[in-house]
Amino acid sequence: MDDMKQMILDYVRREYLEEDDDRELNENTKLITGGIVDSFSMVSLKRFLEKKYSVQIPDAEASPEAFDTVNSIIALVNRFKKA
Amino acid sequence: MSNIGTYEERLKSFDWSIAEKELDYKSGDKINIGWFLSDRNCQKGLAKKLALIHEDHEGKVRKYTFDDMRTITNAMAVFLQKLGIKPGERVCIFMDRAPELYFSFQGILKMGGVAQPLFSAFGDESLFTRLDNAKTAAIFTQKKHVAKVRKILNTLPELRHIIIVDADETTTLRDREIAYNMEKEPRVESFEVFPSTAETPSVLHYTSGTTGQPKGAQHVHYSLISQYLTAKWVLDLQPDDIYWCNADPGWVTGTSYGIIGPWANGITQVVLDAGFSAERWYKTIEKHKITVWYSAPTAIRLLMREGTEVVKKHDLSCLRHLCSVGEPLNPEAVIWSQEAFGKMFHDTFWQTETGCIVITNVPGMPIKPGSMGKPFPGITAAVLDLKTYEPITKAGTVGLIALKPGWPSMMRTYWNNPTVYQSKFKNGWYVCGDRASIDADGYYWFVGRDDDVINTGGHLVGPFEIESALLEHPAVAESAAVGKPDQVNMEVVKAFVALKPGFQPGDDLELEIMNFIRKKLSPLAMPQEIEFVKSLPKTRSGKIMRRVLRAQEWGEPIGDISTLEND
Repeated sequence: MDDMKQMILDYVRREYLEEDDDRELNENTKLITGGIVDSFSMVSLKRFLEKKYSVQIPDAEASPEAFDTVNSIIALVNRFKKA
Repeated sequence: MSNIGTYEERLKSFDWSIAEKELDYKSGDKINIGWFLSDRNCQKGLAKKLALIHEDHEGKVRKYTFDDMRTITNAMAVFLQKLGIKPGERVCIFMDRAPELYFSFQGILKMGGVAQPLFSAFGDESLFTRLDNAKTAAIFTQKKHVAKVRKILNTLPELRHIIIVDADETTTLRDREIAYNMEKEPRVESFEVFPSTAETPSVLHYTSGTTGQPKGAQHVHYSLISQYLTAKWVLDLQPDDIYWCNADPGWVTGTSYGIIGPWANGITQVVLDAGFSAERWYKTIEKHKITVWYSAPTAIRLLMREGTEVVKKHDLSCLRHLCSVGEPLNPEAVIWSQEAFGKMFHDTFWQTETGCIVITNVPGMPIKPGSMGKPFPGITAAVLDLKTYEPITKAGTVGLIALKPGWPSMMRTYWNNPTVYQSKFKNGWYVCGDRASIDADGYYWFVGRDDDVINTGGHLVGPFEIESALLEHPAVAESAAVGKPDQVNMEVVKAFVALKPGFQPGDDLELEIMNFIRKKLSPLAMPQEIEFVKSLPKTRSGKIMRRVLRAQEWGEPIGDISTLEND
């Protein structure tokens, strides 16, 4: 769980924040509504998660709400890992 | 009663002088959009009325009256003058939807500068292309975006000032950077607004084409006339309305109808600086009692996906009038909006170059779901034969949407590119680049683009720009970018890539290339799918045949392939 959290946080920081962006990022930071990841960029984040955790997330489940925090992303990934 | 009254009656007696008279403007007078949006409203007794209700992603609300807006924009104009910015110089606005964006736009116009708004999600290469082309003198930005400016600064010698609007005592300012805190700067009561006239350049908006790099559509201060009247008649803005435009001012809707049109009408508008969430959007409507909502098909389809249950949790009875722009609004979305909100979205059609709504469903006009409506009074429109460029008279025949030049907000040229500007005209018509048909009742029905430009989520993305950027990736030998169908965004970018020797296709490489383009250009330009191919279809002269790939994606006939190169 913590590994997954750290992995996703690192990925978001590396891929979606600029080098000089000093905003705090944690598992509850709003990614979509907070303007860090937009709806188009969600596609690459989803692709990363699917590859990294060997899951298939249906497009209908990849909602802005489901991707809004690292915690909600972890819940989503775990749901499909179990399935 | 709607502002327009009856469409047919307006058609009979229309003249743009209606707007001129309402704005107390006479031909030959000085006209400065910046002055009209705040100073004029204050003179008309609206000084204490709220102009902007701004809510950020954390829910913090800031409110500004028209008098606040007047004195803040004066201060920004003075600041730019003190920096040495001269009238006619381009000043870019590259930031999220902060109040500083809306006010710097007006400050630039007030001192005679040309406002150049750019979408803050642009990557450094997209930013460079547009700043370099415009020879931009200064840029307003935020800490979160300044890294992209810093990356390209050394290749932009004309860019003299980088103005960071949220710098604080912990921010280390670098070469050419200066902090400007709008809230702390003393407001300026009196400012001599630059005496612009009708044809003085005002706004430079970049748009993409099939070939070459993006082009800057040059608008002038006289555009106010069209933007004022279309906002009044199509959006039906009335004195007590609370208006919400979802568009980002990095794109033309966000300036024509997120700044100029509503404030020229003295309307209170709400800005939500937060990413999409159905729940948040409905809360915003309910909380601020929004009455007029100008949205986009992509957003409406995302809301549809969330269903009507979430709608029912909110009291949205405040909504009075709904409009949409960006790409064609599908009939299902129109019907759904009736079910969800008790009102249909009114589709509107226009583009960066037109500066204002040109074909539309005005209030009172029966809506045919799926149709973009009829030409706005004062706009002479037609669909032209694809070969002869003569207007088509037979109902239902597909042709090119075209407009007779002459309305006030028509772009005046493409920045430093008069040749391409001239190429947009055929037989005396401005050709929009979209195909449509007109039915027997005079309603226009969108068919699709007439070129390879990709309309994704209402934004035009040029394939050339994507292909050029793809070639900068070390693994890519050849590339082609086309639009593929998408339920939410109408189209999304798909790239076809042939790899250089030594590189193997795979998921890792696909994701790497996607992110490469997203960071270089923008999330909109990022291919949502990459198909690795051995080679691309080309003509015998070596030109990539995008239309073959596009037809394949859309399941359409490939057409004439007699010029296709044989392997």
